[in-house]
This record gives sequence, structure tokens and C-alpha cells, in this order.
Amino acid sequence: MNIITILEDIEKVDGEVYERLNPRRKAMKEFFSFGSKAALTAIPFGLGAMLNKAYGQSVPAGVINVLQYALTLEHFEYRFYERGATLAPIPAGAEKMAIEMIRDSEKKHVDFLKTVITAAGATPVAEKAAYDFTAMGTFPTVFTSYATFLAVAQVLEDTGVRAYKGRAGELLGQKVYLTAALGIHAIEARHAAKIRYMRRVNGQAPDIKPYITGGNDTGIAAVNANYGGATPESNVNQAGVTITNLAGVGGNISVSSATEAFDEPLTAAEVLALVAPFGVS
Amino acid sequence: MKQKQLADSPHDKRGDNIVRNMQRRKFFSQAAGLASIAAFAAACDKDDNNNSGGVDLGSGDFGILNYAYALEQLEAAFYTQVVATPYSGMSAVELTFMTDIRNHEIAHREFFKAALGGMAIQALEVDFSTINFTNRDSVLATAKAFEDLGVTAYDGAGYLIKDANYLLLAGKIVSVEARHAALIRELIAANTFLGDQVDSNSVNLARTPDEVLSIAGTYIKTKINASNLPKG
Repeated sequence: MNIITILEDIEKVDGEVYERLNPRRKAMKEFFSFGSKAALTAIPFGLGAMLNKAYGQSVPAGVINVLQYALTLEHFEYRFYERGATLAPIPAGAEKMAIEMIRDSEKKHVDFLKTVITAAGATPVAEKAAYDFTAMGTFPTVFTSYATFLAVAQVLEDTGVRAYKGRAGELLGQKVYLTAALGIHAIEARHAAKIRYMRRVNGQAPDIKPYITGGNDTGIAAVNANYGGATPESNVNQAGVTITNLAGVGGNISVSSATEAFDEPLTAAEVLALVAPFGVS
Repeated sequence: MKQKQLADSPHDKRGDNIVRNMQRRKFFSQAAGLASIAAFAAACDKDDNNNSGGVDLGSGDFGILNYAYALEQLEAAFYTQVVATPYSGMSAVELTFMTDIRNHEIAHREFFKAALGGMAIQALEVDFSTINFTNRDSVLATAKAFEDLGVTAYDGAGYLIKDANYLLLAGKIVSVEARHAALIRELIAANTFLGDQVDSNSVNLARTPDEVLSIAGTYIKTKINASNLPKG
């Protein structure tokens, strides 16, 4: 555990961390900078208590709850790519590199969320000892077929985007936590677009696009619910406005464009039901 | 099961939504009357060609929605031009993607216009004189800049939104902008879907409205006044 790194990480999301810990910001910073060796050996046991005191009373339980939910999903996503990069027959070169980039990105999300949750005075949820990446046999070739691996990756990323979106409202007005969650949400969307684009270019799914067209556009019926839910990806009504009634180019906006242009949320209950077969809870 | 999910989710009760939307519509139409009076007064103030105030985005959530509407206008205008005058060597699949993105941005623009009703800002005049629409590198570099900018704009303004329904709308759009950004980046160079848009925690960067408008200003001729936006 490197305290200076942790504090620097916290400072990225909370510029006032030093003031929270000690109003004498400068003294605090100097203490951690110059006293590295002493701090590293002396502080670890006191750090949790110190951070708890600084943040404990100020972070609502609902915020912690959302962060733990995010961490639960990120643990799983990271392990999926970590195992996949090792086991799945991914062609060497650009495609292997892409998967490793996404794996590393998910790992950073895990570490970041653990840091933030700790800083907020809670204990980060632990990773599961094991996951069932076949989802109880739905994807038996997840790590033996590259096509299956990428298809599952796409579904997980699309679902991840929907999961973050579904809980943004619980972070309403929370500058630090909402901005961080939105920032991870956007990265999950970049991952999703990349995986979709890879599947198109490598011929595994030649018609799929980087955005979700219509609803479940994977061709895999088993994942219908990942694109369904109370507000399905096929939704064309936004805040009382029917998008397909609006003027586009050469006529009204099509159903394809209307559904591609807006990603939809999933509730926590919906997401947890979707990932339960993978052993996530 | 469906009933239960609906009941479990206070923000997704369809009946409530309809009522809220109707109330919002009513509010929008009432506000429209006020807005047109305000707009008339503002126009009177400005008829000496002194537009130092510029187009006022407004305040509160409507201000943020107008801010989004301004950016979507810019993006829609850009891709409309890209599709109308394809750069030399544009492949069929690239034309498909550009057309799709144009349609998405138009959907966003028209949605905000319809939802804001009388509160909506005017159509903005764009300035694309720095873009060479015949050149692939120029077009894709601009597309990348716009998409990345859009993501940082929505992410950076999210916490300023007071109504969870509007925050959700922003969330529905920003992930699509992020998908566009990743696609455009991949068209430029493989495995740049994250590129320089992430911090050391692999969290997407965010920008304040002032930062965003300062960058977007190069491409928008109409002066925009963001001084009444929430400050956070």
C-alpha cells in the first residue's frame, strides 16, 4: 500500500482531501512528501480511521451503495478480460492489444473505486473467489472460441453502460462521485464501441455497428434481456418526445437512428439478475 | 415481473412520467410566453448591433439543456456538411458511419428543440472555415475533436443538473457520443479508442461549460452567453 499514491488518487476526485484530513494543507502535504519512509511504515493502520474521520460523516449511504455496485461489476469485468486475455484464442497483434488495453482499463476502474470507497469510509466489496464465465452453460465456448469471447465482451460492455446510466440519478448533484461515475460510464461506452467495431471488421458480425441498433442487435437470443428491461434499447420516446415523429433528412427520423442515438438504462435489479448466472452478486 | 420492476423503480413509473411530462409541457408552454417577452426585451436591447450579451443559454436545468442543444446543433451541422460533401476517398462504410452519426446528432438536436419548446435558444450560425471538407484527415480530426469534446461536456455538466430525469437524458446521449468518439478514433488509428481522453484511473476527462464553449467557439459564429448557467 502506497499512501502517497492513494492520497494523490483521492486528490484527483477530491481536491480538498488534504483540507479534510487536516486544515493545514501545506503541513499535511509536506508530511506525506518528505516523511515518505516514516509515513509508509507508521501510517497504514491509522489511514482508514483518518480517512473515515475526514469523509465518514459526509458521504451518504446511497452514494456508497452505488460505488459498491459499480465495483462489484468492475471486479467481474476485469476478471473476464484477465482470464480471456490468458485463455481465449485471440489473434496476436492489434486485437490482442485491444483486449489487453480494455483489461487494464477495467483494472484501473477496480483500483480507483476501491480507493474512492475506502476514502469514503467504507470497506470495498471483495472480488468473488470464482465466476462462471459460461453463465451456467449459456456460453460454453467463452474462452475457447474467439467469436464467443468477443460476443460476450460486447454484451457485458453494453450492459455495463446501461448499469451505470441506471444509477446516475442516485448521485444527483454529487460533483465528485457523479463526475467520476459518468467518466467511467463513458469509458465503458468506448469499450463497447471498440468491441463492436472489432467484431464488424474481423467478420464475426459484419453488420453490427458501434452503437446499438433497434434493440438486441447481437443475433444471440439468450441476451435479449441485456437489451430489454423496463426501458428497453428499442425505446424511441424520450421525455415525452417521440423521436420518430421528428424531422430527419428526407423524412422523419428512422427507428434505427432513434434507437442508436439514445442508450437506455437498466435498474440495479435488472442488472443483478443478468449477471447472476455468471456468479456475480 | 415487469409490474414489479416498474413499481420498484420510482423514476420509471410510466404513469408518473406521463403526468410529469404533461406538467412539463404545460410549464414549457407557459414559460414560452414569458421567454418570448424576455427575448423581445433582449432583442430591443441589442438592436444597436452590440451583441455583447450574445445568445443567453439561460439558467438552471434549462440552461444546461440549452448548452447541450448548442453543442448538438454544432455537431449536426458538421456531419450534415460531411455527408453532403464527402472527403476524397471516403469508403462506402465510412459514408455509412458518417450518415449514421449525422442522423444521431440530428435526432439529439431535434429532441432538445422539441423538449425545450419556447425555452430553446435560436438556431446557431456555424463557422467551418478552418475545416477542409475535401480532406479525410481534416474531417476526421475535427470529428474526433467534436466527439471527445461532447463527452467531456456532458460528463462535466452532469453534476450541475438538478432533475434526475434530465440527468438520465444526458446519460442516454453521452454514451452514444462516447461510442462515436471511439469509432472516429478507430477510423483514424487502431486502438486509439481511449487515447488521451482518460486520466490515470481510466476515467474519461470532463470539462466545465466555459472550457467547452471556449473550444467550440472557434466553430460557432453566434455569440453564446453562458454566464447564467449553474456554477456548481
